[in-house]
Amino acid sequence: MLDMSDARKLVEIRGLKMHFPIFSGLLRRQSGAVKAVDDVSFTIYEGETLGLVGESGCGKSTCGRAVLRLYDVTEGSIRIDGVEIAQADPAQLRGLRPTMQMVFQDPQASLNPRMTLASIIGEPLDEHTKLGKAEKLNRVYELMDAVGLNRAFAHRYPHEFSGGQRQRIGIARALALQPKFIVCDEPIAALDVSIQAQVVNLLEKLQDEFGLTYLFISHDLSMVRHIADRVAVMYLGKIVETAPREALYAAPAHPYTRALLSAVPEPDPRREARKDRIILKGDVPSPANPPKGCNFCTRCPEVMEICREAEPDTFEVTPGQFVACHLYAQTNSEQTAGQAAATEAHKSIQQGD
Amino acid sequence: MFTYTVRRLLLAIPTLLFISLIIFLLLDLAPGDPTAQLPLTIPPEVREKIRESLGLGQPVYVRYLLWLKQFLVAEPLHVFDTMFGTGFADGMQRVISWQTRSPVADIIAQRMPQTLWVVGLSYVIGTLIALPIGIISAYRQYSWFDQIGALVSMIGYSVPTFFTGVLLIVVFAVNLGWFPSIYDTTHVVDSWDAFVFQVRQMAMPVFVLALYNAAQISRFMRASMLDNLAQDYVRTARAKGMSEKVVVLLHVLRNSMIPVVTVIALGVPTIFGGAIITEQVFKVNGLGQLLITAIYANDIPMVQTLTFIFAVLIVLFNLIADVLYGMLDPRIRYD
Repeated sequence: MLDMSDARKLVEIRGLKMHFPIFSGLLRRQSGAVKAVDDVSFTIYEGETLGLVGESGCGKSTCGRAVLRLYDVTEGSIRIDGVEIAQADPAQLRGLRPTMQMVFQDPQASLNPRMTLASIIGEPLDEHTKLGKAEKLNRVYELMDAVGLNRAFAHRYPHEFSGGQRQRIGIARALALQPKFIVCDEPIAALDVSIQAQVVNLLEKLQDEFGLTYLFISHDLSMVRHIADRVAVMYLGKIVETAPREALYAAPAHPYTRALLSAVPEPDPRREARKDRIILKGDVPSPANPPKGCNFCTRCPEVMEICREAEPDTFEVTPGQFVACHLYAQTNSEQTAGQAAATEAHKSIQQGD
Repeated sequence: MFTYTVRRLLLAIPTLLFISLIIFLLLDLAPGDPTAQLPLTIPPEVREKIRESLGLGQPVYVRYLLWLKQFLVAEPLHVFDTMFGTGFADGMQRVISWQTRSPVADIIAQRMPQTLWVVGLSYVIGTLIALPIGIISAYRQYSWFDQIGALVSMIGYSVPTFFTGVLLIVVFAVNLGWFPSIYDTTHVVDSWDAFVFQVRQMAMPVFVLALYNAAQISRFMRASMLDNLAQDYVRTARAKGMSEKVVVLLHVLRNSMIPVVTVIALGVPTIFGGAIITEQVFKVNGLGQLLITAIYANDIPMVQTLTFIFAVLIVLFNLIADVLYGMLDPRIRYD
């Protein structure tokens, strides 16, 4: 694990909200909002990988896109490399794009079908650098080498490649401007299992080579365990638990995390048969109309009276492990959400191993 | 691509031959008599002689093959002769109009410029108006611009040209007197004033047809843009930090143009044949008007030749649309 004591905060998210308005009625007035991301805070240190997990529709991808300001965020603060970008205007954002990039989920749809590989990878260089034609092609070749694509493919079109190769193109494109921070939005979800390992290993290799920082969004818990240094678990637009990888997988604190981890299949069939699964009942509530109190109260196996009334504060249960759940209120009742958020970074620096 | 085009052209030959046969048989089966409009005082036996002189005494297949020979051999050779001063077509029977007794091809050549100017120009103007409207409507979906664009397109698309044409004549020619209501074909443009007059007499028919064309194409453009604006690669382009202009005009527009270009190409044959009603309303004596009068007069060689030319154009522009599609979209390859 990374040494946190001298790590710098590269990404700092505070109270991020991304609400999509719902219009209805004859006059199309705003009648509500889908709270895709609702008051999310986390920090990513330079050189680390933060895994963001959660079930489909919990707001993981929206969160990743909002962090890069591909959406106009509703509220909150986003600091990347010391620059506040939550309310930056398009021109300012364009200037900041070289620092932050994204690898998209669908490697087929996210590449322009009418552009060759060289122009897809090279286009950011046109916009943000003043390289000559030959230099640019050279840089494209370097990037293709870095992600393991044959140089001879430079003038082919995306549809001529396999899914894994296309994802490599997407990664090479994200790397073109030498970013510090990359959001990987389910980069392996659309790939075969054998290719998934290749792409994840490539991402790790590139992280070592270029000192990249990742926000790795995925619903594949074993893949996140493999690549992430710390893991954040999302449920219905909120982060319910943030913890170092080992702590989270060894002793999940939040009831939702426990349920999520118990769903991971066990390779050994005898142990699989004996395994106690926590089966959640019911469906995820609509993010347009979340329940009162804790968002998880409708399905939580350990639900209490207070869960239906008040939103839980965030408590640090073990060093670096933060949980938003009323179960831990008795032991840590003096802490409030605001303090927890403020001390989160501080404590992980102090107590990081 | 080249072999594909050649193969398609070869395949077009039997298609067109079949179409020509169908047209010929339809015209032959249709009721009507080319001598019907002659004075009633002509005795029946003279009438029969006239009919025989037009070649109607022979069986259908002889007449069909004769027309085929005239159209496919005599007419091209005649064109070749006039271009190079040779004499290959000497003594060959050309396709003759029953109304005027002059070669059909000559009449078509006389009528072509009017149609190309009025209908062709309206198609070009309609397209040029439609593309920006479609792009802006899609980019600002549900804005007031989009709403007004939708309304105007709906009007342009649903109100027939014979209504808008007459309406414009009543308002601008009769009441306001800005434009002439009848198109003067004999007008020669030789000075600035003559040019201004030409523009004025073309304004109304061009407007009517341009509105109709723009209504269709702008809707296509809008739908195609919306389709592409929602694609993931647009988000990729934005994440790359490309300016909004590059994102919309380079990434989205280039991909959106693929279906629109083919729609535009497929609409070109209608320039030659589709403006029959508008030409009639504004008295533009172009190809559409020629076809209408030929149908009235049972001038079968003329109708047959014109319809067959339209068929050739439609087959040809279908091929052009397909080839354009293959050129614009790298995912499509014809091998």
